Amino acid sequence: MFVLATFALLISIILVLLRLYFSQTLFDRVLALNAFGTMAVILIGVVGFLSGRPDFLDIALLYALINFVGTVAVLKYFKYGTIGDSDKQTSKLSG
Amino acid sequence: MRSLFISFVLLSLTWLLLSGVYKGLIMGLGLLSVLLTIYFVRRMDKIDGYTIDFSINIFKLLGYFFWLLMEIAKSNIEVVKAIIKGDNHINKKMFFISTSQRSDLGKVIFANSITLTPGTISINLENNQLCVHALNFNEASTKGLEEMDRRVKNIESGS
Amino acid sequence: MDFLPMLIQIFSWVFIVLGSCLMVIGAAGMLRFADFWARLHAASVIESGGMIFLLLGMCLQANDWLIFFKLAFIGLFLFITGPAATHAVAKAALSDQSRKNSTKSAIK
Repeated sequence: MFVLATFALLISIILVLLRLYFSQTLFDRVLALNAFGTMAVILIGVVGFLSGRPDFLDIALLYALINFVGTVAVLKYFKYGTIGDSDKQTSKLSG
Repeated sequence: MRSLFISFVLLSLTWLLLSGVYKGLIMGLGLLSVLLTIYFVRRMDKIDGYTIDFSINIFKLLGYFFWLLMEIAKSNIEVVKAIIKGDNHINKKMFFISTSQRSDLGKVIFANSITLTPGTISINLENNQLCVHALNFNEASTKGLEEMDRRVKNIESGS
Repeated sequence: MDFLPMLIQIFSWVFIVLGSCLMVIGAAGMLRFADFWARLHAASVIESGGMIFLLLGMCLQANDWLIFFKLAFIGLFLFITGPAATHAVAKAALSDQSRKNSTKSAIK
């Protein structure tokens, strides 16, 4: 059962990476990267079950956190040119 | 003081469930990290002071959650059909829908539920008008979103 | 043979097979659609449908409460941040589109 899920996830990861390679715009790539990250989170969990070591789930949880922050950081960087500077532009955003 | 206690209990519970190692030293470190987190969050409050109005009925939220799961299953089937049929059979459209929730949290729940159901994505919220992009637009999609709006308004307590 | 463990096995099989199918279909949709706005919806099949079904199937296979709660945490987190990330991409793409259009019309 988990072998099947692993293969399905690997196939879909390859498809999404092809999308990442053949896309033209930035947003396509960010979208594909986000979908890739979600799949990677699930894949880490499935592989943990497959090898009988559920400790992998901690890593999956961490990857989910980093994936979200990474997506938002890339989008913010390309829109405003900064990520966390405390200049006027970013303080205007949070307020 | 009440919020301090609630956050302490919730953070400790999270730590206990995620850790799984119950020895003296590790538990002490966990307690330390919970206290440090509460201290940092309190300190950050001075910068922004923004508070969330959490006026949500928890039991109704659970009921809404299961309804939302059914909606997700239904719209998944539709989007899978659209993917199999291909590019020529879809009817993309961007339209506006009005939100009737009072609190910010209700609006966030509504917009997040719209994005979570495949086939519709919420893009922008301005003056209680939510800009929605639909993959396969028809009469039923606006009706479904209006019902979702009504249900989210229903889970707000005191309304 | 007990009835309940067999039922749980059957349900987790069904959930995992369904989730795997949704993952592959969503990824194929991302390759197939020619337009960015259509691809957003294909990605949301991956992020809601496939994710929920696979995690449900794994939850039924968990033989420990801690593992169950960890899976529930991952599910809850992806449930909240998945739409937020999709919305962020869509909004950024829309503002970029309108900016390009306005500069084009300014040049003309």
